[in-house]
Amino acid sequence: MVKYDTVLIRYGELTTKGKNRKDFIRQLERNIRHILEDIDGLVYERTYDRMYIRLNGADSETVGERLKKVFGISSFSFTEKVASDIETISQTCLRIAAESGKNTFKIIARRHDKTFPLVSDQINRAAASVILKNTDLRVDVHQPELPIYIEVHREYTYITSDKIRGAGGYPTGINGRVLLLLSGGIDSPVAAYELMKRGLRVEAVHFAAPPYTSDNARQKVIDLAGMVSEYQGSMRVHVINFTNLQLKIYEKAGDSYAITIMRRMMFRIAEAVARRENCLAIATGESIGQVASQTLESMSVINDVVRIPVIRPLVCADKIEIIDLARKIGTYETSILPYEDCCTIFDPKNPVTKPTLKRCEEIEEKFEYQPYIEECITGEEIVIAEPKKEREDYL
Amino acid sequence: MPKAANRVYFDSSSTTKINDEVLATYKELLTNYYVNSESLYSEGTEIYRMLERSRAAAASLLGVEPSEIIYTSGSSEANSSAVKGVSFACPGKKHIITTQIEHSSLLNACRQMENIFGYDVTYLPVDRYGTVKAEDVLRNLRDDTVLVSVMHVNNETGAVNPIAEIAEIVKKKSHAYFHTDMTQSVGKIPISLRNVDLASMSAHKIEGLKGSGILIRKTHVPFVPLINGGEQEFGLRGGTSNAPVNIVFAKTLRLALENREKYHDHIASLSDHLKEELTKIPGIEMNTPEAAMDGIVNFSYENIPSEVMQNALNQAGFMVSARSTCESHSNNPSYVLTAMGYSDRRASSSIRVSLSRFNTAEETDRFILALKEIIAHYG
Repeated sequence: MVKYDTVLIRYGELTTKGKNRKDFIRQLERNIRHILEDIDGLVYERTYDRMYIRLNGADSETVGERLKKVFGISSFSFTEKVASDIETISQTCLRIAAESGKNTFKIIARRHDKTFPLVSDQINRAAASVILKNTDLRVDVHQPELPIYIEVHREYTYITSDKIRGAGGYPTGINGRVLLLLSGGIDSPVAAYELMKRGLRVEAVHFAAPPYTSDNARQKVIDLAGMVSEYQGSMRVHVINFTNLQLKIYEKAGDSYAITIMRRMMFRIAEAVARRENCLAIATGESIGQVASQTLESMSVINDVVRIPVIRPLVCADKIEIIDLARKIGTYETSILPYEDCCTIFDPKNPVTKPTLKRCEEIEEKFEYQPYIEECITGEEIVIAEPKKEREDYL
Repeated sequence: MPKAANRVYFDSSSTTKINDEVLATYKELLTNYYVNSESLYSEGTEIYRMLERSRAAAASLLGVEPSEIIYTSGSSEANSSAVKGVSFACPGKKHIITTQIEHSSLLNACRQMENIFGYDVTYLPVDRYGTVKAEDVLRNLRDDTVLVSVMHVNNETGAVNPIAEIAEIVKKKSHAYFHTDMTQSVGKIPISLRNVDLASMSAHKIEGLKGSGILIRKTHVPFVPLINGGEQEFGLRGGTSNAPVNIVFAKTLRLALENREKYHDHIASLSDHLKEELTKIPGIEMNTPEAAMDGIVNFSYENIPSEVMQNALNQAGFMVSARSTCESHSNNPSYVLTAMGYSDRRASSSIRVSLSRFNTAEETDRFILALKEIIAHYG
């Protein structure tokens, strides 16, 4: 492993200009600092189109793993900051090549400072000849195992050997806040990821029905929130005790409409929580046609109870695509743990797939649900879910 | 019992001293986390979560899925289970390929399959360097071969088998599954589970607890549990989970992999030095092949049988083994050395020195001196 002293960060979708651009960069830096806050010695430096983090001995691998999860970064590289003279540049390239354990290399120089006495191609040749003379590495201009990038600036030169793809997207938080219905299944954590990727800060609302649902089920949701919160730092989870309302729904709605009415109630509660928390929209992991409550007819009558926008990032995604993403962000294994949740526990045998608004309203007229909704909202418990940074003692 | 002071432990392939960190965690778990990990109350589910997190941590260290790790009581169980569990799950296929130098847990499981269940077992020979030839595996594969099992590193000689090559052959040229016993290699040399369907590992060889190990079984491999019980270990191994023991496995493995790089050079230089000094002593023959894993040094001095030599070395303060420790109570010549083509005399006078990060150059020097004295006296 080659040791580097600096990380060079390239910004993501910077199509925005002016003040927006400043906000983008400022938020990105805030997010990066937050995710690296427990690592000592880091020094941040921001330029117009780049950010540099001096590692000062911090473990570059740890920093790299964390940075991969920060939205707003298009790519980053580990680099070595050296004085802009050709001798130092060549020697640093040599060290990197010698430590790499690779067989072939290519030097790709870029001269930002046009007063530098050598042109890019001359820099390429100078550095390459030192490596060729002192190591067994060969040049391969087409598919080098070790590309070495040299960026010459006026005072300093950055020498980097790898470009690591970032998570892309917008810095989380720059586009406002959204409240996500988080169930513990495969889809909603993936939805959280997609929302964060668009620069939204995600809060979650989770509906628990103890004792029908267990501590395990609840903890699973907190764990999932913690995992996906790696992309934004931490996540507030509003845990709603839904038991009384749910029992009432099953009493009044009957088998076929129970899920539809339940979803309508959840949306009402979510809207109220969202407005109180200054979230501009609610979001779900729904995908068209996946289950009875996710047919277009169902979505339509469920959506009917709220005025707030509802974002469904996965609405057109295939289950396979969603599972692939869940695996990528590391939530899949936890999501498939077999604990009962609110949606599975009373699992009706014949849920309606084409509910009508009229029928929903008739059922809801049968009981005073507003006090139950109030009870849910006032009785909520807020849990801050955080990513596991430190390895737990026993591992 | 001999006094502990000044005693030299040269038997790390047999078992190892427990790592301080592992021990501390184990004590903590044993004291405070005693409830059943399958219980539904909060205390039980907390342990269950720790167990599953630990499984996930071990899986990620090995590059497999958490559900592909089955906790066992050690490598012997993992080996026996691999042979029987896969064979019984594939009725109709009645041929197993293994080698003459496997650990007794694997060999005896194969013999059972042969003698009691009517399987046909091919025991591949090894060359004079103690390794199996990949083309021998290829030659012996049949349509009804259900399992090929070849150990990664031999416990007596340190010889390293070309398991990457063998795994690829088994994968590409047959429908058989490939198992490898990685008990001696994990934490000592780099390991890869590419094309490997099943693998056995043990905690106590890598500074962990005795009675602890894993069988890695990739998801696609059919498997019949040998121990029936509840749904523990995905229904593949019954019995109340030994949660504290299994939870510390991940830490044991992590530390072993971290320490591998850190101490490899130290162990290599000790074993190089030892080999060099041993070959200078007239009459000593090196059984460990040149290309073997560092840390195991197996040699014979034909005039002194293993048992006598062990006793003499014991009196001089050195703890060593002859053949595999699991075979230490038999007086037969080492079947591993016999398979390498060595005479009964040489195979009955072998001594295995196995080193760890705790050994020192001073110890190996003292060993050489003691050995010379013993040879002068009894040889």
